[in-house]
Amino acid sequence: MGARELSIAITGAGGAGVISCGELLLQAWALQGGRGLLRKAYGPQIRGGESAALLKLTEVENYTASAQYDVLLALDWANFSRFGDEIRIGANTWVICDEAGELPDSLGVDENHILRLPLAELAAASHPQGRVNMLALGLLAGLLDLPVASLCELAEQKLAGKPQTYRIAATACIERGAREKPDCRLQLPALGGSQLWYISGNQAAGLGALAAGIRFVAAYPITPASDVLEWMATPLEEMGGQLLQAEDELAAINMIIGAAYGGVPAFTATSGPGLALMTESIGLAVASETPVTILNVMRGGPSTGIPTKSEQSDLNIALNGLHGDAPHLVLAPLDIADCVFTTGWAVNLAQQLQTAAIVLSDQFIGQSTAVVSEPRRCENTVPAVLPTHEDNEYLRYKLTSSGISTVASPGDVDRRFTADGLEHNEKGTPSAENSDHQRQLDKRANKLNEFDFGEDWAEVAGTGSVALLCFGSSSAPAREAAGLLAEQGVDTRVISLRLLAPLQDSALLNALTGCTQVFVVEQNHSGQLFHYLKGHVDFQQEVHSYAIPGPVPLRPGSIAKRVLEMRR
Amino acid sequence: MTDTIKLKARDYKSSVKPIWCPGCGHFSVFNAITKAMAALAINKDDTVMVSGIGCSSRLPAYVDSYGFHGVHGRGLAIAQGLKVARPDLTVLAMGGDGDGFSIGGNHFIHACRRNVNITYIAMDNEVYGMTKGQASPTTPIDWDHSKLTPHGPGVRAFKPAALALAAGAPWIARGYSGNPNQMAKLISEAISFPGFSFLHVLSQCITFCPEQTDWKAIAHERDKPALTNADDAARLFLHEDGFQTGLLFSEERASWPPDPVEAVSGDVVERLATDFRV
Repeated sequence: MGARELSIAITGAGGAGVISCGELLLQAWALQGGRGLLRKAYGPQIRGGESAALLKLTEVENYTASAQYDVLLALDWANFSRFGDEIRIGANTWVICDEAGELPDSLGVDENHILRLPLAELAAASHPQGRVNMLALGLLAGLLDLPVASLCELAEQKLAGKPQTYRIAATACIERGAREKPDCRLQLPALGGSQLWYISGNQAAGLGALAAGIRFVAAYPITPASDVLEWMATPLEEMGGQLLQAEDELAAINMIIGAAYGGVPAFTATSGPGLALMTESIGLAVASETPVTILNVMRGGPSTGIPTKSEQSDLNIALNGLHGDAPHLVLAPLDIADCVFTTGWAVNLAQQLQTAAIVLSDQFIGQSTAVVSEPRRCENTVPAVLPTHEDNEYLRYKLTSSGISTVASPGDVDRRFTADGLEHNEKGTPSAENSDHQRQLDKRANKLNEFDFGEDWAEVAGTGSVALLCFGSSSAPAREAAGLLAEQGVDTRVISLRLLAPLQDSALLNALTGCTQVFVVEQNHSGQLFHYLKGHVDFQQEVHSYAIPGPVPLRPGSIAKRVLEMRR
Repeated sequence: MTDTIKLKARDYKSSVKPIWCPGCGHFSVFNAITKAMAALAINKDDTVMVSGIGCSSRLPAYVDSYGFHGVHGRGLAIAQGLKVARPDLTVLAMGGDGDGFSIGGNHFIHACRRNVNITYIAMDNEVYGMTKGQASPTTPIDWDHSKLTPHGPGVRAFKPAALALAAGAPWIARGYSGNPNQMAKLISEAISFPGFSFLHVLSQCITFCPEQTDWKAIAHERDKPALTNADDAARLFLHEDGFQTGLLFSEERASWPPDPVEAVSGDVVERLATDFRV
């Protein structure tokens, strides 16, 4: 039997406080040494839409969306149907709801598992300003055997800026809810974790960027990336850095190019539509060899698509969106904790290789919060490149064996040059000559192709003959699928790509030694990773595509099923 | 370079030769920029010329300072990012009317509003020169010399000074390529102004708009001090002929960003990490 897990969905109208309820519950669980994931599912409306805090409490740290929920606590049933397939309810799911509301017909839950409680009445009786979400929090704390005092303390911290009556009301509701705890006979996952962090992917990416030396951020709001930028604003100020809110993404990318040209490591975060607007200028960063890092928190596309839900469908534009031959870096964090390392690594690589780095996170990774073991960090390791004095004349784009030339910044004495998006010679002077174009194209390609990226290009787990090849948020479902397949006697190896461009094709072929079948697992409609790899890797195995678009997260069971089908 | 030697205007020119047409107004702007740099004894190593795309945007390579020749319309965004990240530098942004008022129009109005301490020189010849003579946002409504708009653009031209004022620019001046000495003086003042300074230059393109040689007779120096009241300036910019040169409007306004708050001592990243620990 595998590790125990418990999934709880808390749903309600937008603004009803379900997310706060979920956050406090997971924090309290973490304080007891428990691991878990909080996924936020919401519609594009701010108020009056649907909202869900989707909790998965587990014993192992490989966070996937829950296939089915053990407990559904509905603060109300407003727009519940909009969640569709995202919140799967089984016959044995415990449904806790207010006695006043009418249940949706489609639930299909055993009547004995429906607990109708006077939630609103109890909240009002606890305190005149009592809110149902805090009462629900108390109920759930009771179900999870969490100490009520600890929850009350967390709630008080969260409401620190509010009037005191809010805190008194919250505490009263939590205490009352805990006393009303229903008897659901739940199997709780084991506790016992230590040195744990409570962090979202977007926070982790921001932390990784700051730890790697980012000191300038230009920001244009877009869901689901805005919270990275919001989170970075205050620490950046404390570090003596600057954040500039741009008028649009065209400005944001150029502002970071300007700052980076000034020698200050610079960063922005966006999502698909913003990345599309930035691509012309990312080409400028490549041509002018100006280091910038762009975090793209992917959402359903194209166009406005499904802006609040996750999808891995910006791989094509990240790899191929730039015009001309414009070699650059594309990376993807494998999970929430890995956002710290991968974003930091991207910043370091961009600085070191003097080019643009695009980091592909997504809504699932970015906006979910998880309890994780202390994340690995990537400190600023860029070697200081000393100006060379052997030349009489400073050549910004000097041809070198590594392709990397000495970079000067304004203020450096006698190193003046004009950075240019026009093709140029070694000095930086515009040139339309065939020889200059060829040499500079070679230089910009070579510096990436010749660089030793080390061991971090991917994480490989297992040694089986069936390979599951994935990137970013498809990694966790692939790993879970590997576990399910092992139970069926199929040994796999999961290769999670962290560095997508330049593709480490020979390292990938090495990692595939002994494999007979490859499944490329990704969350998009057209199999973007599959086609990219097929075009660049000389596979000796049969290669299958498993590509499912959002908004429902990839289901490990479906991945495993597909593999088993193809084995027959 | 050290500041012990007094540099002349020609010392601020790089070895790259301009590729403009004979008679182009931009030569005059280029000369005025180098003259202003000499007059202010500007340190070349601490100065950056930033531009977008177009004939005038080629200028950074011709100046012996640091430079950035970006993409079409985005010079102001690069310049502001640079200045905010490196407040110690002197930053000049420049470009043409198509670059600044059409493709880069949003950056222009937001730069006016943001008031970062940079200078923006818009070389306005009322035409897209580099793409061989199409109508720009400042082309007269009936200018029918372009095959793209054979009956003329048919829409009213922007009034850049009025646009800048409405967007919040605190310093607005106009120069003319036929009056390089006045322009050099205006550029010196623009660089010295502690905020966003917008210099609109009537810079003739005799290749595609030979009629602009008439500007010589129309351009006239303002004989009054600059306006300091936005109401008065609005009236002026909406009703003037657009050929009045000199400093037109100047207002005291705090530039952005404000002085940074003192950096927190200690390892901020470590403290942030602690906040995430359960």
